[in-house]
Amino acid sequence: MFKQLSNSTVETVEVTLNGQKIHVSQGMTVAAAALTQGLHFTRTTPISNSKRLPFCMMGVCYDCLMVIDGKANQRACVTYIKKGMQIETQQGVGPSLGETE
Amino acid sequence: MKDHYQLLIIGGGPAGLAAATIASSKGVTCALLDEQPAPGGQIYRSIESVPEKRAEKLGTEYLRGKELASAFRACEAEYFPETRVWSLSSQREVGVLHKGKSKIISADQILVASGAMERPVPFPGWTLPGVMQAGAGQILFKSSGIVPSDGVVLAGSGPLLLLLAWQYMNVGVEIKAILDVTPLSNHLLALPKLPRALLAHHYLTKGLIYQRDLKRAGVNTKIGASLLQAEGDDCLDTIRYRHFGREHTIKTDLLLTHFGVIPQIALTQAVGCKHQWDDSQQCWRPEHDEWGSTSIDGIIVAGDGAGINGARSAEHAGRLAGLQALFALGVISQIERDQQSIEDRQWMKDERHIRPFLEAYFAVPQTMLATTNNETIICRCEEITAGQIRKAVESGHQDSNHVKFLTRCGMGACQGRQCSNAVAHIVADSGGQAISEQSHFRGRPPVTPLTLMQLADLNEEESL
Ligand SMILES: Cc1cc2nc3c(=O)[nH]c(=O)nc-3n(C[C@H](O)[C@@H](O)[C@H](O)COP(=O)(O)OP(=O)(O)OC[C@H]3O[C@@H](n4cnc5c(N)ncnc54)[C@H](O)[C@@H]3O)c2cc1C
Ligand code: FES
Repeated sequence: MFKQLSNSTVETVEVTLNGQKIHVSQGMTVAAAALTQGLHFTRTTPISNSKRLPFCMMGVCYDCLMVIDGKANQRACVTYIKKGMQIETQQGVGPSLGETE
Repeated sequence: MKDHYQLLIIGGGPAGLAAATIASSKGVTCALLDEQPAPGGQIYRSIESVPEKRAEKLGTEYLRGKELASAFRACEAEYFPETRVWSLSSQREVGVLHKGKSKIISADQILVASGAMERPVPFPGWTLPGVMQAGAGQILFKSSGIVPSDGVVLAGSGPLLLLLAWQYMNVGVEIKAILDVTPLSNHLLALPKLPRALLAHHYLTKGLIYQRDLKRAGVNTKIGASLLQAEGDDCLDTIRYRHFGREHTIKTDLLLTHFGVIPQIALTQAVGCKHQWDDSQQCWRPEHDEWGSTSIDGIIVAGDGAGINGARSAEHAGRLAGLQALFALGVISQIERDQQSIEDRQWMKDERHIRPFLEAYFAVPQTMLATTNNETIICRCEEITAGQIRKAVESGHQDSNHVKFLTRCGMGACQGRQCSNAVAHIVADSGGQAISEQSHFRGRPPVTPLTLMQLADLNEEESL
């Protein structure tokens, strides 16, 4: 779906996405990383269990909610990648009783 | 971050940057808060870090942001990036989330320069993975050089759709089609507004150049496409639409849509500013005077968050708002304010020339704003369909807020940001309350949800 145009000047950092270690460019959002990694969905909805990917990329649709460093309901499109981050697809309301950001 | 500032600015787009630069030059304590990691806002996103080659592909309008950002960096205003404002009160207290901690700070004057968002227009399949807004595509491109890998279909209407197509073309992205849903009848309706628009002909020329370049590159544009549908099981694989009475399909894994932009009013709503429905712009916006002053003392608005006028106007409006704040703080006199703003006010007038034409030409058809396809999901969060909303109206729930309580439409995580427009249109179309300032969902703080931990930070602070 998406690819990153080459830019050799940007450093990469290692993060974990659904249990897999990956290298992504510094300065990216979690949502951008998930999209370039070809994730088919970043969350499922609590109501119908349907799959969703980021929609607006600017923090207003809340469709990119993921579990980041153990915290559910984080908007992946306004969360910036940090070294060692643990990122997981969110199922429904997610763990920890769906506590919101 | 201090507990109090004379002027607090929310948003680091052209409006906020220009306001901070002018206001801080007169020695007032001023802070600018923005959710993004660097100055620029939507139009000039990542302007400081973008590689030169990518910047060129994005066009000359984008490059203008460099100057604004560097003037801002050189000014005295304190800058807090990656900082989110989650509440605003009429006592001018602002809830901020900064470095993972919440805090309440206050100010004598507050400028809300929170900009615009894509107008959400529901259509069948718009929640499928692979359907995104054009702005999302542009954000990925500007900030990380990420572009479609297996081709893209662009659909909707408005100048930004054309701009994105042109930007993609510059880097060799395959554009499978542009489906322009602008009804042909709009062309006629916009015609009387053309003479005035010619006064700002550089905008029209730019649009024509984009169109010419895309045509030369062989991009297929379908003008007057309708009945857009996205289909697929777990993700998008086909787009269906009508064009001149015939049905067509396109195979694609990515569809980017654009239906114009509307002001982000979460904060002005939360603080209780008066809003009005703007028929021409098809959106709500906060009421304000020439200087950006709203119905609430000390709360000023500027830029696209005050009403859609584009990036250049946002910059001028930002300076006017900055001068107004200085006047309200007693730092400059009314005469000084008026004199120092002559050029900006003239610029803003000139920038307005193009707007009535653009608004009429790119008006989203009523049939899309109030979809009659009852299966279409309207509330992406609570998955409420158009049929459920129509049914609620028929059963006597005649206004948006009643429909909300009955169906939970607009009660999800996005707090109605994605469905409030569509709900108001569908309610009106089903014989309920006509669209007015009252038909917007009532706002409630916090504007963005906080964790219990983040709320606990506040209690701790209060007890200190
Ligand atoms: C996705 C998108 C892309 C666009 N691209 C273009 C383009 O390429 N060319 C063009 O001419 N116009 C573009 N526009 C139109 C745009 O609105 C410009 O006219 C211009 O950016 C408006 O400037 P502004 O200063 O009013 O707001 P913006 O530039 O939108 O800046 C507002 C800033 O406020 C911040 N903000 C908002 N709410 C909060 C909050 N609660 N807490 C903290 N910070 C907050 C945002 O992060 C943002 O940085 C785009 C609009 C959108 C929505
Ligand atoms: S993609 Fe819309 S909020 Fe993140």
